[in-house]
Order: sequence, then structure tokens, then C-alpha cells
Amino acid sequence: MTSDWEPRIVAFFCNWCTYSAADLAGVSRMKYAPNVRVIRVMCSGRVDPQFVLQALVQGADGVLIGGCHPGDCHYLEGNYNAMRRFRLLHRMLKDLGIEEDRVRLEWISASEGEKVKTVINDMVERVRALGPLQLPARFKAWDAEMDVSAAQVESGERVTHG
Amino acid sequence: MAEKPKVAFYWCASCGGCEESVVDLAEGILDVVQAVDIVFWPVALDFKKKDVEAMADGSIAATLLNGAIRTSEQEEMAHLLRRKSQLMIAYGSCAHLGGIPSLSNQFDRERILKYIYEEAPSVVNQEGTRPQTQLIEDGRCVTLPEFRSHVRALDQVVDVDYYLPGCPPTPERLQDALQAILTGQLPEKGTVLSPDVALCEECPRKDSKPDQLKMADIKRPHWTEIDPETCFLAQGLLCMGPATRGGCDARCIEGNMPCTGCFGPTSGVKDQGAKMLAGLCSALDSQNEEEIEKILEGVPDPVGTLYRYGLAGSLMRGRIESDRPSQEKE
Repeated sequence: MTSDWEPRIVAFFCNWCTYSAADLAGVSRMKYAPNVRVIRVMCSGRVDPQFVLQALVQGADGVLIGGCHPGDCHYLEGNYNAMRRFRLLHRMLKDLGIEEDRVRLEWISASEGEKVKTVINDMVERVRALGPLQLPARFKAWDAEMDVSAAQVESGERVTHG
Repeated sequence: MAEKPKVAFYWCASCGGCEESVVDLAEGILDVVQAVDIVFWPVALDFKKKDVEAMADGSIAATLLNGAIRTSEQEEMAHLLRRKSQLMIAYGSCAHLGGIPSLSNQFDRERILKYIYEEAPSVVNQEGTRPQTQLIEDGRCVTLPEFRSHVRALDQVVDVDYYLPGCPPTPERLQDALQAILTGQLPEKGTVLSPDVALCEECPRKDSKPDQLKMADIKRPHWTEIDPETCFLAQGLLCMGPATRGGCDARCIEGNMPCTGCFGPTSGVKDQGAKMLAGLCSALDSQNEEEIEKILEGVPDPVGTLYRYGLAGSLMRGRIESDRPSQEKE
């Protein structure tokens, strides 16, 4: 099953810097790994940590957040919010068993098309080395242990003791 | 006189605090007993499982089930009571979101059993005996339930109609819920029966919360002399109020302790911990990575702090074990 597996990475790129950089990479015809699904947000500070968790639990193997360099935020300090949240989120995810390389924050300005390419290629390789995360399948596997007792109770049959 | 509606109370993986909270109705419990027939309540009344089995399906008006679900027996009872009841109500943090017991979802089953039966300082068990689910001796068979790999919230096991949040729910919320059941004035299925606003809204210290919080450090309550009037966050203490549903009448705040989040999130939030993380980090007074890291040392255990009452019900549900050689959690 994992032989034809390809990493799936959800990327949240800020409208003003990183998304423009990804555009630049595109019009400059740079080639980078096709494993990233980009979601444009107005600011890296808009990336609620819930978005990151939601992406992972819905099947992403990694999450990349791209914002303006510190000091360059269109909204003055949205990217500092992203930075602060990311520090704690990264530590928390590590405690929850999510490897550090799966979630990444990068500052990429509108002129850094080349950096978009390098970061994405590097991240795809790192996530590929880690293997699939597959949280939906894992959650399903966790819950498989309950199937027997549910079926038995529904049929009115005793399961453990009376 | 028409037959009184039947009500059942049951407990699963819980501490007994929820049962205590029913008793905390004090003389109010007499009104309850007058209005309903309690047909099953293992902690207080001598009814057995077979009595429940003998009831017609759907004959119990409401079951209030507290505690998280960890064993096969608890699953079985949840299914049984679900079938016998018109309304299944998750009572208290553990049934609602997994509660404190679901913090054990950070450790795999084997690690928990090994610690409890072999490594805990108070345990002497040289043969490494472990509980078995079945033992036959002299032709007699004794059984124990299966210890599941994860702790679950009630709605991860059976269909749940309503939730009464809290560790434990307060007598006011229980009384309101019983009133709603008796009068049939129930909100939409799936509703958490507590006001859908953040605790900050009903906090007596609300006025002392600055528009823009600026936390230069995160203090820990037991190392801090806490001012009894000022917003905890403004004092540099991590209070879960902004990410926690109100309805508790700010009891902990009144006791001069910050909120630890037991009422769970409001309906607009999927993941209480992530939401609090966002709010807390936005309030940190630094733009320097090293400084930020230093401030965040004030949260030594983010999972235990942000998901204290709801790891099972959170988006991640617990620790994801690597398929590769295990990395020990420090």
C-alpha cells in the first residue's frame, strides 16, 4: 500500500508574501514537487492552530505555513503571532507523537520564488522519509477494537459478565 | 396519577465526583425523586444489570452517564443503556470529552499496564502477574473486562443526545437539565446544556482584563501570590477562561484559582486546546524567538494544560505512536 504512497502536504501561504512567491515560482517555470496543496490566507497570523490539526486529522502528512519575514508583515505583526503560536504548537505536537519535520513555518518574501521551490522540495523529502501519517486510517484502527462488543450488545448477547 | 418518567444514572471511568454532584442538589434531590423514578443508580441504589436488561427498549426517559469509556464492560453498559433510553446524556467532562482519564491517551496500553502492575513504586509483583480477561479454575470461570487501547468520550462509543459539561457539572446545570427533560423543552440534539459563551463573559474579573494582554511571563499558580481581584491572564497566569464555555458561575475564579477548562469549548470551537494556544500565544509580549521560548517555559506540559479535560474529544484524540522505533516522551 505504501509503495505508491506520495506525501500530501497542506500549505497555508500568506497572500502578501509567500503566496506571491509561489506565483513567482510558477510564472518563472520553476519545477518543484507536486505534493503540496496551497491554501491562500490573508496572513500567517490567520492560521489558527486548529487549521493545522484539522489538516493532519483529515489525512495530510505534513503542514507548511509560509509568511512574510519578521518586520515585513502587511498587518504589522500578524507573522509574530504565527511565530509565537508555532513555537508552542510544535512542542505540543511533538508530545503528541507528531514528528517535528511534519509541521514547518517558513518566512518567504514575495521575491523569493526560489525559496518556495527549495523549501517545498526539502519538506517533501523529509516527510517522505518519515512515511505516511494517515490519521484517518489510524483512528479507524483504534476504534476497530469496539466493533465486537457493539455488535454483540445490539443482538442482545452477553459479552463479558452478568 | 400518570407514571413518572424513568431516569438512570451510571458511571464508567470516573472519580465519583459526578455522583457527588447529584447529591449536591441537597434537598433539591427530593424534588427530583418526586418528579422521576430512578430505575438504575449503582452508586446509590440496589438495581442490577439484569434489571436494566429486563426493561423494554426506550423505556427509560433519560440516562445520565458519567465517566469516560475505557473498558469493554463500560462499552457494553453504554450500549445497553443507550438502547433502553430515549435520551442519552453525557454527564460531566469525562463523558463529554474524555476528561482527566483521557490524558492517558498519551501513553500506549502496554506502557500503562507495565507501569501499574510492575513499575509503580508501591507495587511488589515479582512474577509480573497481569490481570487476565478469563480464568478457569476448578471448572469455574471468572472474567474481567478488556482494557481498551484508548480512553473515549461517550459519543465516540454510542449516540449521545445532550451533554452536561463540568468536572463535575454544577447543581444549577443539572437542575436546569432535569427541568428541560421533564417539561420537554429541550434544545436541538447534540447541544451542550450550558450557556454558549466563553467563561470570560461571566467572569467577575472581566473589567480588569485589558483590551490587549501583554504577558511577559507565564507564572504557575502554586508559585504565585495571586491578586484576588485582577484578571488572571493580566497577572501572567494561564487561565483557560477565553477558550472555555461558561455556565459554572466562575466557581474556581471565586476561589482565586484560574480556570482549567472543565466545561470544554463553546460550540464554535472544534479544539479547545488549539484555541487556547492561539489566544495565549497572541498575548505574549515579545517578538524575539528566544524570548518567546523562554516565556513558553511557563507551560511545561502543553497537552496536560490545554487538554486537561478533553484529550479524547480533541482533534488529535491522543498521542500518535510512531510505526518506527518508539521515541520516549520526556
